[in-house]
Amino acid sequence: MLKVLLSRLLTTSPALIGVVVVSFLLTRVLPGDTAAYFAGPAATPQAIEEVRKQLGLDKPMPEQFTRYVRDLSHGNLSSSLTTGQPVLADLEARLPASAELTLFGLILSLMIAIPLGIIAAVKQGSFIDHACRAVTTAGVSLPVFFTGLLLVYVFYFILQISPAPLGRLDVFASAPNNVTGFYLIDSLIARDMQTFRACLSQLLLPGITLAIFSLAPIARITRASMLAVMSMDFVRTARASGLNGRTIIMVYAFRNAMLPVVTTLGMVFSFLLGANVLVEKVFAWPGVGSYAVEALIASDFAPVQGFVLAMAILYIALNLIIDLSYRLIDPRMGMAS
Amino acid sequence: MDRRQFIKTAGATAAVSATGVAAPAVFTSASAQSRAETLLIVSESGPNNLDVLGVGRNVPGYEASWNCYDRLISHEMKDGPTGVPYYDRDKFKPELAEDMNVGKNSATFKLRKDATFHDGTPVLAKDVKWSLDRSVSVGGFPTFQMRAGSLEKPEQFVVVDDHTVRVDFLRPDRLTIPDLAVIVPCIMNSELVKKNTTAADPWGLDYTKQNTAGSGAYRVTKWTPGTEVVFERNEQWKGGAMPKIPRVIWRMVPSGGNRRALLERGDADISYDLPSKDIGELKSNPKLTLVSTPYSNGIQYIGMNVTRPPFNNPKVRQAVAYALPYQKIMDAVLFGLAKPMFGAPASAKTEAIWPQAHKYNIDLDKARALMAEAGQSAGFETTLSFDLGFAGVNEPLCVLVQESLAQIGIKVTINKIPGANWRTELNKKEMPLFTNIFSGWLDYPEYFFFWTYDGANSVFNTMSYQNATMDKFIADARASAAAGDTPLYDTSVKGFVDLAFADVPRIPLFQPYVKVAMQKNITAYQYWFHRRLDYRALVKS
Repeated sequence: MLKVLLSRLLTTSPALIGVVVVSFLLTRVLPGDTAAYFAGPAATPQAIEEVRKQLGLDKPMPEQFTRYVRDLSHGNLSSSLTTGQPVLADLEARLPASAELTLFGLILSLMIAIPLGIIAAVKQGSFIDHACRAVTTAGVSLPVFFTGLLLVYVFYFILQISPAPLGRLDVFASAPNNVTGFYLIDSLIARDMQTFRACLSQLLLPGITLAIFSLAPIARITRASMLAVMSMDFVRTARASGLNGRTIIMVYAFRNAMLPVVTTLGMVFSFLLGANVLVEKVFAWPGVGSYAVEALIASDFAPVQGFVLAMAILYIALNLIIDLSYRLIDPRMGMAS
Repeated sequence: MDRRQFIKTAGATAAVSATGVAAPAVFTSASAQSRAETLLIVSESGPNNLDVLGVGRNVPGYEASWNCYDRLISHEMKDGPTGVPYYDRDKFKPELAEDMNVGKNSATFKLRKDATFHDGTPVLAKDVKWSLDRSVSVGGFPTFQMRAGSLEKPEQFVVVDDHTVRVDFLRPDRLTIPDLAVIVPCIMNSELVKKNTTAADPWGLDYTKQNTAGSGAYRVTKWTPGTEVVFERNEQWKGGAMPKIPRVIWRMVPSGGNRRALLERGDADISYDLPSKDIGELKSNPKLTLVSTPYSNGIQYIGMNVTRPPFNNPKVRQAVAYALPYQKIMDAVLFGLAKPMFGAPASAKTEAIWPQAHKYNIDLDKARALMAEAGQSAGFETTLSFDLGFAGVNEPLCVLVQESLAQIGIKVTINKIPGANWRTELNKKEMPLFTNIFSGWLDYPEYFFFWTYDGANSVFNTMSYQNATMDKFIADARASAAAGDTPLYDTSVKGFVDLAFADVPRIPLFQPYVKVAMQKNITAYQYWFHRRLDYRALVKS
């Protein structure tokens, strides 16, 4: 196991180097002049040059790059101009917010999508199968900002049962002590049920929005992979041996159908983490997605680089975990390597 | 961990989280007491720096600085054009100074003896000197702004005694005193900031970016960039009447729809800068007060690059001025919420003020005739550029202009430029036709014209307009204003306004409004030259 882990880690380093180079170059070729943007509307060319010098943007590209790499090796991702904070601090504060929301949405989605996919596969062509198709198609085709705004309109504005869409906590509540950065878990650690409920109620609408969107890939993959497994010989054998349907589906078929589902899950998670910008915007959620987009609009290099880097590391880590969990789900996977 | 065990634990985790989710959501009710004492403001974006002198601070940053720092002097209020209190350009009131004595070559300020900084140390003349030195020395925008009032060198600021400061004038300039009342020359706790300086950062910009070190009515107690800013009242404030609101929470809500929902539900007290469309629709809501005030000297215009054909020909520019759908823009784009800068009656006399409306209005026959006179009856092709950062107004505006210009044979392609790139493009001065906005803090005609029409060709002279007669008028106006020669001043101002309208290198369209929506129990909103909120005056009942 350890050997596999090490060799896996080794193969990720070229990818990381690539990401460092690409993130640096990409942000430099983007249109827009950072200095002109930050010098403000009342800037003379001379003022813009002063800002450029202050930001170190007047140096030649290779020098900027070596400085960037040197800073990186010290864990310094430099500072964001839009928030005025060190990028590392920003990411530390914002990544848990995004991760909590994404995980919450994903778990919600899993709880609906997997049973739905299994039933749709078992009762192929039935009413449930069609319902599954309809729900997933609708979910994936409704843009998240639309679902989000609709939910806010109905549950906050009309029905008034949901709290104001103002981010992770009500304006007058205070955040739990920071342990994991996940408010739900932190408030449980602090045994503060009131904060827990407050966080949960803030999390519910954006979580549902994300869940609706991510239902489709998970439900469809579950269904497809269940169908494939159900038509295999060992399922027929199990049936012939007189095992009851429930045991066959849950114990034999589903376990074997889990591999592609887990793969999809990993992809969906990392995709959502970066791509839930719109949900974050709608719910004023202080996450990394909206952070990166705002920085991009302002041609603020450092946060974009930091974001790309953080996402790359996360993606690599996630893939590693998924690879390792394959071997736990299906021992045959280990023999191949 | 083996396979079976892994699957079992995974199942158990799922089950646990399932029960967690299924728990009924009970919503916290904030304590009524703190709600009544807190003002909740929502807006699209927040500050990136608490110090207006910081590198790259954005416009919302003005608001933090304005409310947390005092200046030597500030402006009195008067009745504004729309009935809301409006800063009085010409009347100053003491803030940190208790007395101001303006002489021919210098101004002397006596400081309040009882004023203290947030940490309790008294405000002394050395703090004033250090802060003003800082504003003329840090470079970039603040230094540029100070220079506009001939405040350029640290030697100009002299400590007379602990509570007296003298500002020496470099040259007679009408803008010197007003420039001491803008946001930039704020007075900082010099000892506190000095403690937090480094060799690379001699003015402590890194410290003041995150912390407020002033003597102002509020101080920032919590700031989560991009999310919220919390202000607490300074109970020891001496710069004016004690503010009524003990606590202000300013939340960033990026979605316009949600800001409106928060306001209509009564959760937010103030929503700053709403789209015109929302104002139109919220007007009938009896629970809200809506205030819209024209930007002092801010004008949206269509600019033309006069250095190149076809817009180097004044006839073509006049033809364009006669072919713009002014009223349509007012109705369809702005929902009537802007002050028209066009269509003054033919008999109207030019006044010695700025802004004022020009006499052009849509008249396609006249426009076609002018095109023919210019030898352009066949028309031509050009591109019209706008800043996508303000697409809400710019995009429909440009489409209407495109439609209208097509009728006199000008085929326009619209060029959308991302916000980050806009200033770069503007500074190149290569766009043939564009729409833009300019507004200055100092509301003086000669100041506006110096930046936008003068042959010195500053970045705001986006048309690259150069005309010796214009330069003479502007120079005369500045000199006569400093010398107090009113007749010469009036003729010069009328002269440059008339010339700007005859030559039309830029066609003014309208003065935009700053739009603020408040709950009915929020009163005493004031309009300031910087257009941001002043918490000190606001009342919540």
